[in-house]
Amino acid sequence: MSAVQPALTMRGDSRVRRRRIVNRLAESAATIAALAAVAVLGIVIFSVAKRAGGELSWGFLTEDLPTFGQTGGGIAPLIVGSGILVGIATAIALPLGVLTALFLSEFAPRRLSAAIQLTIDLMNGLPSVIIGIFAFGLLVYGHTQSAYAGGFALSIVMLPLIARSTQEVLRLVPRSQREGALALGVSRWRIVVGIVLPSALGGILTGTVLAIARAAGETAPLLFTTSIFVNQLTTDPRHAMPNIPVQIFIWSESADPEDHKRAWASALVLIVFVLLTSLLARLALARTRRKLSR
Amino acid sequence: MTQVTMPPMRPVDVAERREASPETREPVFEIRGLTARYGTNVAIKDVNLEISRNLITAVIGPSGCGKSTFIRCLNRMNDEIGSFDHDGQILYHGIDLYGDGVDPVEVRRRIGMVFQKPNPFPKTIYDNVAWAPRVLGLKQGLDERVERALKGAALWDEVKDRLKRSALSLSGGQQQRLCIARAIAIEPEVLLLDEPASALDPIATASIEELMHSLKEDYTLVIVTHNMQQAARVADRTAFFSLDVDESGRAGVLVEYDETTKIFTAPSDKRTEDYVTGRFG
Repeated sequence: MSAVQPALTMRGDSRVRRRRIVNRLAESAATIAALAAVAVLGIVIFSVAKRAGGELSWGFLTEDLPTFGQTGGGIAPLIVGSGILVGIATAIALPLGVLTALFLSEFAPRRLSAAIQLTIDLMNGLPSVIIGIFAFGLLVYGHTQSAYAGGFALSIVMLPLIARSTQEVLRLVPRSQREGALALGVSRWRIVVGIVLPSALGGILTGTVLAIARAAGETAPLLFTTSIFVNQLTTDPRHAMPNIPVQIFIWSESADPEDHKRAWASALVLIVFVLLTSLLARLALARTRRKLSR
Repeated sequence: MTQVTMPPMRPVDVAERREASPETREPVFEIRGLTARYGTNVAIKDVNLEISRNLITAVIGPSGCGKSTFIRCLNRMNDEIGSFDHDGQILYHGIDLYGDGVDPVEVRRRIGMVFQKPNPFPKTIYDNVAWAPRVLGLKQGLDERVERALKGAALWDEVKDRLKRSALSLSGGQQQRLCIARAIAIEPEVLLLDEPASALDPIATASIEELMHSLKEDYTLVIVTHNMQQAARVADRTAFFSLDVDESGRAGVLVEYDETTKIFTAPSDKRTEDYVTGRFG
């Protein structure tokens, strides 16, 4: 056998070896890039956690804001305020975003759909400072700052995110299912409500939660709309409301080193909230997927 | 599902079938001069044909001859395609389906359709069948209706203990029978089947064919199939479509329409003969 085919070694010639090296290089480059991306997140969390660690306690989460010069205190009003602001924003952006996506993917003629699509993408790229000024001019100027104005501004941040992610999942609902429902003599709208939306629900939820995570950290829109607040628990949305991002900004500008610590601790709270909500969204999505494929 | 007959190998094996009595020959569809286009592309040209009640009518022919286009005209599924356009008339009990004031949604409620690939909804088995009746306001006796539909589709015995399980847990053949159950749950008069067994294995195919024979009692069936043996086995009448190429382009035309026995044993058109004997297509 070896006499007939002396060249058969299965080791490969130089070209094969070169390919192997290039392959290995490309693979390691991709791996390093992926690790670097994870590392950035890790470093951010680590550095925030390190500076915030000492400050963070149960009291920090549940107590009232400190008055000037006081040590201790907490951020309970900020958490409640941010919650209400994001709640208002979600109440506006979720129905509008989902309906927009439905219109685009189920009802709109193609050309109109493309135009609206472009608008949404542009809206997504809108600098948040512009959104802040817009909300200021529309709702604050001539009136007062309010949680309504803040929530409205945040809803502009959330709307394109929700619309886009909803549209993506609607696209995943197979055409054959719409056809199957159509052939049963059911009207378009009932098909959307009964077949398309339930299939897309997990994805819509995920998109919404991610949009919430994003909006919770937005600062610029709130600086214009709800930044002059009392440092007490407020639940009346007609007034400006204390909130985490603006307070982090205020504290970070302060001369008092205690305030810096509070800023870091608040930042950690914000990060943990964003991470937890994102994780929750993933879990919800996995659960609906499992339910659908069983 | 106990006894399964494998498909016969020769296309000319035409099953014995009862002679349709005169009163069952009442036409359900009268298609007059139907031409269907997608944009400038003519899919079928000048089709004239009558489809009779409680018979199985098969539509056969080579790929691209407009079989699916034709059957989709019968319940206005083509409306969903923006570029679709037609000439001629499709009379359903004398009413032009494309006439003024005819609601395509209502048309589809009366004329059901089953597709090539099983497309159950990602819901439970029960909800797959119950969804349309519920939406259409047929809520009275829903459980009985679901049971009746599943029995009608010869699926009840296999699923009665797991109605709350996902429909996606069923096998391909079971899914297709579920789709048939879903279609008959709203009690249409006509069932259109667009290559209902082409994605299924021979055993599942046999059970679908068996089912079609029993459905014939209550429904008028139109089946598109590229499988000639299947047409020979199940259909009372067969329409043979072919692709006609002339100076104006390619278009599907109806070549011959007759009793299935005649189509497969003594076709009157040379093109039909070539096709059913396997010399073409």
